[in-house]
This record gives sequence, C-alpha cells and structure tokens, in this order.
Amino acid sequence: MSRSVVPVLTVIGFLLVFWYAAAVWLNAPWAYNKAQRAGETLSLSQVVADAWSQKKPKLPAPHQVAKEVWQTTVEKKITSKRSLIYHAGVTLSATLLGFVLGTGLGILLAVGIVYNRTMDMAVMPWVIASQTIPILAIAPMIIVVLNAVGISGLLPKAMISMYLSFFPVVVGMVKGLRSPDAMQLDQMRTWYAGKNQTFWKLRLPASMPYLFTSLKVGVAASLVGAIVGELPTGAVAGLGARLLAGSYYGQTVQIWSALVMAAALAACLVGIIGILQRVTLRRMGMS
Amino acid sequence: MGWIIFAIAAWALGWMLNVWLSRLPASRWTGLAAPLVFGITLLGIWEGLVHGFEINQVLLPAPTAIAARIATSTDLLWADFVQTVLKGALSGYVIGCGAAFLIAIAIDRFPFLRRGLLPVGNFVAALPVIGMAPILVMWFGFDWQSKAAVVVVMVFFPMLVNTVQGLQASDVMQRDLMQTYAAGYWRTLLKLRLPAAMPFVFNGLKIGTTLALIGAIVAEFFGSPIVGMGFRISTSVGQLTLDLVWAEIFVAALAGSAFYGLMALAEQRVTFWHPSQRN
Repeated sequence: MSRSVVPVLTVIGFLLVFWYAAAVWLNAPWAYNKAQRAGETLSLSQVVADAWSQKKPKLPAPHQVAKEVWQTTVEKKITSKRSLIYHAGVTLSATLLGFVLGTGLGILLAVGIVYNRTMDMAVMPWVIASQTIPILAIAPMIIVVLNAVGISGLLPKAMISMYLSFFPVVVGMVKGLRSPDAMQLDQMRTWYAGKNQTFWKLRLPASMPYLFTSLKVGVAASLVGAIVGELPTGAVAGLGARLLAGSYYGQTVQIWSALVMAAALAACLVGIIGILQRVTLRRMGMS
Repeated sequence: MGWIIFAIAAWALGWMLNVWLSRLPASRWTGLAAPLVFGITLLGIWEGLVHGFEINQVLLPAPTAIAARIATSTDLLWADFVQTVLKGALSGYVIGCGAAFLIAIAIDRFPFLRRGLLPVGNFVAALPVIGMAPILVMWFGFDWQSKAAVVVVMVFFPMLVNTVQGLQASDVMQRDLMQTYAAGYWRTLLKLRLPAAMPFVFNGLKIGTTLALIGAIVAEFFGSPIVGMGFRISTSVGQLTLDLVWAEIFVAALAGSAFYGLMALAEQRVTFWHPSQRN
C-alpha cells in the first residue's frame, strides 16, 4: 500500500496543476473582455490572478471550490438551507434507503434464481436486460407518477437508487451462492445436511466476499440514483438540487462544491463497506 | 373484473409454460423461449391490471396504448434517436473508449504512472460522474457536442481501469516465451498482451454501453435543442403525455440492448479462446 502513496500523490499533484492551468485557459477570455471594456491592458500575472478569482468562472480554481466547501459545511449551521451538509444528508437518506431496499431485493432474487430453475431461465436474462434500460432517463417519470398517487419525499428517489443497486447484488450473489464446488456440496450431503442447512452453513457464508464486492458497486450506483432522482423534483433539497440550481444560475462554484461533496460521500460510503468487509471476512476466517 | 381475471390467467399461464419449459432438456431454444414467455406474461399482467383497476391512463398507460403511440410517432422517435444515440452517445463512446484505450497503453509503459493512476482511476470510476453534466453543458453548448463530452467523461475511467488491468493479464511465463522468440515491445504488445487483455477491454466496453446512453439522456435534462430523447422525456413528463415517455423508454431500452448485444457478439468473435466463452 505504502508503495503506491508517492505515485498516487504525484498523479494528484499533476491533476491539480492541470486544473489550475485549465482554469487560466478557460477564464482568461472573460478577464480580457472585462479589461477591454474598462479600457485597460492586462499583464500576464493580472490575467492569472483574475482567472483564479472570478465570481462566476467557467472553471473555478481548486482553492475557490475548497473555500466554498469550507464555507458551506463548517461555517453554516447544519439546519440552514445553504449548508452543504444539510443537502448531503437529504441525498444520503435517499441513498441509504434505496441501497437497503435494493440489497434486500437483490439477495432475494439471487436466492430464487439459485434454487429455482424456472426463475433462473426466465428471470435472469431480464435482470441483465433491465440494466440496458437507462433507468436514470425514467427518473423524472417515476417521481411525477409517484407524486400523483400521493407518494412523495424520500421513497421515489429511493426507488431509483434501488433499481440501480439491486443489479450488482443479484449478479454478485448468484455467483457467490454458486461458488461452493461439487466437493463441498458432496461433503454437506455426506453429513446429511438438508437444503436449509446447506444454504445457511455453506452457500451463504461462501457468498460473502462476492456480496461485499457488489455492495461497493451498489452503494456508488445508489448515490448516483439519488442525485439524479433529485433533479426533477424542482431543485428543493439535496446535492442533485444544488447541481440543478447551480446550472440554472451559472453558479459554477456551487456546482463544483456539490460535486466535491458527492465525491466525498461516495468515497465514505465505499470506504465504510470496505471496512465492514475486512472485519466480517476476518471474523469468518476468510481473508 | 374480466380484466383482472385476464391478468391472473396470464400470470398462471405464463408460469405454467415456464415451469414446463424448464423441465425440458436445456437447449438454445428453451433458453430463448423462457425469458420471452416471462416478458410477455409481464406485459399481459400489466395490461390486465391497468384496465382491471381502471388506473388513469395518464399515470400508467397500458402496453397497447404505448404500442399505438410508437406506431403513430415513428418520425419523432427516429429524430430523437438520431440526435441522442447516434450523435451524442455513439460519438462520445467512440472518443472516450478510444482515448482511454490509447492512454492505457501509454500508461502501461511506465510502472510509476500505473501505480499512481490505477487507484485514482478506480476512485473516479466510483464517483457520481454524471454530476459533471451541467458543467459540460455549460462549456460545450446545448447541442450534441456537450452530450458527447458527458459520455466521454463517463466511459473514460471504467475503460481505462479495465484496459490497464487487462494489459497485465498475460503471465510471466508467456512474456518470457516472447522474449525467447526475441520479440520486441511492440510485437509482444500486438501478439500477446493485447489479445490477452481483450476480455478486460470488452468488459469495459460493455459497461460503457449503458453508461453512454444514460450520460447522453441525462445531459439533455440540463439543456438541449428541442429534439432528443432526454428533452422529449422531460417535456412529456411536464405535459403528462406519459405514453410518449414510455415510447421513448422503449426506444432507449431497444437501443441499449442492441448496443450491448453488439458488443457481446464482438466479444464472442474476438475472445473465442477465453474459458468463459467455451461451453
């Protein structure tokens, strides 16, 4: 792990340098434009300074984004509508609800597919085909329709998260539940273990590494679902709403800070599952 | 009442048919028929329930109503398809996957870069990249160029990570053999490492197909000309013409499946030697 710290930091450093350079390149025309109208000529250092401190830049510089994130997380009260933590909390609740629902549905479907041949033949192809439907495209409709029948708030967003997160879980769990080989299954038979016992004592434990890997994919997908689910609700609350409002009013710094927050959230969620995975697998003696 | 009975009958018939099919000796034919029966059963239940419970057609149109809509507005659907799928998604997909592939080969030459970029790439691949859409729409304007840019950003990292991993798939023994043949870097790359990387590359390509469609459609929510599938979906939802929305979804699903199927087919042709393709 420590071997890759230096290269990773180098790459991140390069990205930051590139970002600053791109900010100058993209924002300079506006700086020149302002100067021309004011009848001034700008030196190179002035252009650079202006490009990194515009109010509505095409590409905000990293420090501007960092400042905005700091101001809207630490310096604002959490209950304030302008607090990013408040918006992240709204998105997180939908994400988690959808993730739990999707994981439950995914595990149930996987058990059905492994134990029932009819389901395996008929449902499995549709599970795969379901993902070629760009569900995010249907998000506005799901939300409007569910609103019309009186379901609003968390659940419609969670439904979209669920749809995105159940797929990796199904695929991973089917693989995991089928991972015990013939020798192990034979061993269970020689112990006169029933179907139930085989499931609880062999198949389910054997599927755990697969489950955790798919949970990581699932939770990231679930977050994407929650963010897109917030777009058509009219920009009320949540990170998706911040993105939309930012794009309406040209508040690029706000868009970027919402993006950074979403990235941090995704990293936290995946990280937590990674820790859970390590602890669980170690206790089960599988790592 | 009659429609509800129809729905229950459709469900029972479909279930019985599939149980019967699953008892037959497995063949290509049953493998295709079972999911088909399941799909038709679902449509039957849907149709029955919509009429049976007299659900408002505005909320959930029946499959027949959607089919009628598709038949009457093929021109509109085709124009949207061209704008979103052919112009936005496909061009972005080609650029994004192509760039990621070439960059992966370049990265692979430098172990330092590889060790640094792989964790970063893995991290970015897990991020909600779709959030970049409003920014890119702002940069590249409302037409298909901005949609293509969103698609490029979305498919780039999964493809990059997969290709870099794939380039390491050949084992030491095989590379040693190439060395004993006095094969240089390029020949080893072409004859051994790229072919060995193909299963991974196709994995990235297949993940990219759905991402490309999603990216192109969602990017249109943030601004688009008055044509395109995302535009049509968001405006039709506003007008509550949900049958048109479903028609667009049908086209999107068809395009997505066809795109994915095409890639899977190409994978079968290219990586015929891989254990997962033999049966």
